Amino acid sequence: MRTAFMVRMAHPTGVHMIDKDQYLVKKEPFYQQQRNEVALYEAAYRNKLPVMVKGPTGCGKSRFIEYMAWKLNKPLITVACNEDMTASDLVGRYLLDANGTRWLDGPLTTAARIGAICYLDEIVEARQDTTVVIHPLTDHRRTLPLDKKGELIEAHPDFQLVISYNPGYQNLMKDLKQSTKQRFTGFAFDYPTAELETSILAKETGLDEANAAKLVKIGHTARNLKGHGLDEGISTRLLVYAATLIKDGVHPHDACRMALVQPITDDADIRDTLEHAIDASFA
Amino acid sequence: MTAITTEQLHAYRTRLDTRFAQVDDIFEASMAEAIISLSSRGIEAYLDAARALGKLGRGAEPMLIFLEEWPAVAAAVGEDSLPKVMQLVSGLQRSPNSRAINAFLQTLAAVARRLPSSEQLDDYLAIVSDLTERTTGSIHGHHTTFPSPGLPEFLAQAPFLLNQLALAGVKNWVDYGIRNYNHHPERQAEYFSLQSADSRAVMQRERHGTLFVDVERKLDLYLRGLWNDSEQLVPYSTAFDELRKPIPYYDKLGIRVPDVYEDLILPSPVNGESAARGAQPVGGEGEAGGEGNPPSPGASRHPLPLAGEGLSISGLDRYRATLAHIVGHRRWSQPQIADNWSPFQRMAVEFFEDCRIETLLIREYPGLRRLFLGLHPKPVEDACDPETTSCLRHRLAMLSRALLETAGAHGAPYGELNAALDHTRHGYTDPALREFVERFHELMATGNASTREIAGLALSYVAKTRRQSDQFAKVHFDNTVIDYRDDNRQLWQFIESGDEEEAFDEKRKIEPDQEITGLPPRHYPEWDYNSQSYRPDWVSVYEALHPSGNAADIDKLLQKNAGTAKQLKRILDLLKPQDKVRIRYQEEGSELDLDVAIRALIDFKGGAQPDPRINMSHRTAGRDIAVSLVLDLSESLNEKVAGSEQTILQLSQEAVSLLAWAIDKLGDPLAIAGFASNTRHDVRYQHIKGFGEDWNDEVKGRLAAIKAGFSTRMGAAMRHAGHYLSKRKADKKLMLILTDGQPADIDVTDPRALIEDARQAVNELDRDGIFTYCISLDPKADEYVSDIFGRQYTVIDRIETLPEKLPELFIALTK
Repeated sequence: MRTAFMVRMAHPTGVHMIDKDQYLVKKEPFYQQQRNEVALYEAAYRNKLPVMVKGPTGCGKSRFIEYMAWKLNKPLITVACNEDMTASDLVGRYLLDANGTRWLDGPLTTAARIGAICYLDEIVEARQDTTVVIHPLTDHRRTLPLDKKGELIEAHPDFQLVISYNPGYQNLMKDLKQSTKQRFTGFAFDYPTAELETSILAKETGLDEANAAKLVKIGHTARNLKGHGLDEGISTRLLVYAATLIKDGVHPHDACRMALVQPITDDADIRDTLEHAIDASFA
Repeated sequence: MTAITTEQLHAYRTRLDTRFAQVDDIFEASMAEAIISLSSRGIEAYLDAARALGKLGRGAEPMLIFLEEWPAVAAAVGEDSLPKVMQLVSGLQRSPNSRAINAFLQTLAAVARRLPSSEQLDDYLAIVSDLTERTTGSIHGHHTTFPSPGLPEFLAQAPFLLNQLALAGVKNWVDYGIRNYNHHPERQAEYFSLQSADSRAVMQRERHGTLFVDVERKLDLYLRGLWNDSEQLVPYSTAFDELRKPIPYYDKLGIRVPDVYEDLILPSPVNGESAARGAQPVGGEGEAGGEGNPPSPGASRHPLPLAGEGLSISGLDRYRATLAHIVGHRRWSQPQIADNWSPFQRMAVEFFEDCRIETLLIREYPGLRRLFLGLHPKPVEDACDPETTSCLRHRLAMLSRALLETAGAHGAPYGELNAALDHTRHGYTDPALREFVERFHELMATGNASTREIAGLALSYVAKTRRQSDQFAKVHFDNTVIDYRDDNRQLWQFIESGDEEEAFDEKRKIEPDQEITGLPPRHYPEWDYNSQSYRPDWVSVYEALHPSGNAADIDKLLQKNAGTAKQLKRILDLLKPQDKVRIRYQEEGSELDLDVAIRALIDFKGGAQPDPRINMSHRTAGRDIAVSLVLDLSESLNEKVAGSEQTILQLSQEAVSLLAWAIDKLGDPLAIAGFASNTRHDVRYQHIKGFGEDWNDEVKGRLAAIKAGFSTRMGAAMRHAGHYLSKRKADKKLMLILTDGQPADIDVTDPRALIEDARQAVNELDRDGIFTYCISLDPKADEYVSDIFGRQYTVIDRIETLPEKLPELFIALTK
């Protein structure tokens, strides 16, 4: 999104000729439904209601949105938010070219024009003043004013806004404003149940169920320690990493240390406990 | 046994050259023992030494003790140590400590048994002579006049100490006692007889093995993480119960575990046997393959505690085994009514139930099997003779071993391999045992089974294998004690108060709660620079909210300093965090900086090289500093400042008010506390402002009420303030110490001691990421303050200027 000063001729193509297909999800992503969230999302999409998905890191939020975009066969534009992000990173900005300035749409504007699902990942990471620009798109107006350019964009009928955030690690400074929160319908995600998570690991990586179950057990060990020295438990994503490594022939102890223990903690006591859990599980 | 002839005995007796009649009573027996354990040269030396002891002029006692004890000592450490022992004795004889000779000789044999080599005995002797030398007193230059008060006590405790501590630990313990109690004979004797709390605490610190206090958090995490359980863990002391070793247990008040577990070195035969038998892998890879793990070349690189060469189980793992076992009971055991069962039946039920829950635990975490097996004794099948001894305990221990060895993954989720498990791999041949192993696993294959079902099985086992000899008083105990299991008190429910129970342990009346007047003290260690070690839990810090005074006084002070405040305000406004700061001339940024961009465009059009840095971005400039201000409120603050009507206390008050006001304006979290001490047992730490409090009238009221008194034990106060500050989540943590003199207290004679302790406290805080800074009002501070704070200090010579200086200093520090 950040732009460097580039000295080159503007391409004559207009904004409306953006290749929509590049944003389509081509291959079906593996997604294991936990409850009835797929049907609920479809209902929200039919009515173009903005959606917020929340849940701990690595529990499948982004995967779910990707899967829904594939299922609905709509383009998906994902923006990973960070604290340096400003409103113009979302909406667009003027660039310079040989003949003066040129407007370049930001990802949110593009999505509104072409009718894509715009997914703002980890929205709380963005500064609060940034998130305000999405307000007009999320209520009945469904418009996006580009004040710098003096244009008012009517959102495409297929356009939908989705945001995700992780209520776990937010701090006081990083919370969504009530005025933002109340513009969305919500999906709460959590780590799947042990059986479900086992089958997810098995399906995603091809690891046998017995070992997958052991990995899940270690995952639960860490999740029990949340708040006792761990900010977050071991995510499904990390379990998938471990399973992938084991499947590749890495010894389970090494795989678990590498994928499950080292990434989440520097606390020697917790590391010790987790390693004991690994030893006790992969006996 | 070599017989001695009467003539020989007579010859030896003559060599003793003594007329003490008591010698005759023991001489023959002692000589018989001596002849077995000593060489002929050794016997000569033995008799010579005994004769010398008889002529010390201390009666028959030393000689008698020596005659009795020496053969045993020589057997343990070798007879060559005799000259050194005699040297020590003659040293004691020449000093005022000659009365300790008896005590020394008395425990020598017991000591020697715990010190298997003569080098170690030498070390022990060195400790004894060191103790003698350093604690023997002298008055007014007279040479050694009164005896060491601690020596006889130490000698009496020596065998016990060596049982608990390694030799190096004993040395540290002795050193500590000498250093701290050298000038206090009664305390010294108390210390060396292990009666003072201090002495026990230091001993606890020096004990070998895994101390509970060191692993408490790990165990707590273990309970939470692996078992999703949490309970208060209460250690009980294992050091002072010689006769009855306490056993782990749990009740409503928590899980009781020993205060120390030593690493368990497994005897190698266990491994050797199993390796020879092949079908019974105790540890290692054979098993891993059998239970469905893909065999991997990396397997051998992960020796579990039990696998591989050096078979030992760490103290931590022993704790874990105990906790796992207790968790099992808490999860799966239901209390049974005990009244109708005999003690034998109850014992069997306990064994079976322990095995049931362990099987369930192993299903949960297969790795526990190795741990349990490593800790479980392995009774030898025919070790107990049923003709003479009660063997039920032995039979049950064997059965328990067999059940653990065959515990596998029956009914485990996700289809573990059951077929690979051989129900006879325990290697015991007794048919009843084999039958019940089968029946046990059949029962467990149906699910978790219940305590009631397993009790049924246990009862039929007792009935089936009952022998007359089970009633015998002589019970076979070898290899049947399973020390990680709890005492199963939660398994039983008594309807009637039975015969076994004595009426005198009636319900204890619980004392009515005393009104709590304050927080309990927190204990902090203190650094002892002489020994370069900490004195554990040395200082008691009592904290409280400072009493309140009149808030208007502080407002008056602030008004008085309105001029300074105005100046400060200007600086503060500059310092105040601006939410956004624009950074221009960025190649990459969030927005186009039009001025620069147009200039670049003009350059470009004019054919010159354009400046590519045409963007700008923003940066949030926030301050994230937590400040803790610690005020020395010792007596000396009551002194008047030269050339002024105000006391140092009043000036400090003014300065602190101004600083607190300034920091409040900046919005940094600030805590203020004052401290004073009256010996190590009473360090007062009074909160004036908490981090969460605003600069309001309540806080001002407390600040208005500050009073000065007592001494300055700075290290403890800094540790306590650091304890709070380290919990803050801030990028930068600053501790300001405002003091007017050097650390000192009335119970410390060495002026360096508390300075060194404060310096150590600064190091500790530094390690925790806390920046300490001292503002000293003592014009002579240069002599010591840099020793404590390095370069992080300012000495304010003109104390009148403190109110202006202090906030300025703070601002300079945090700019």
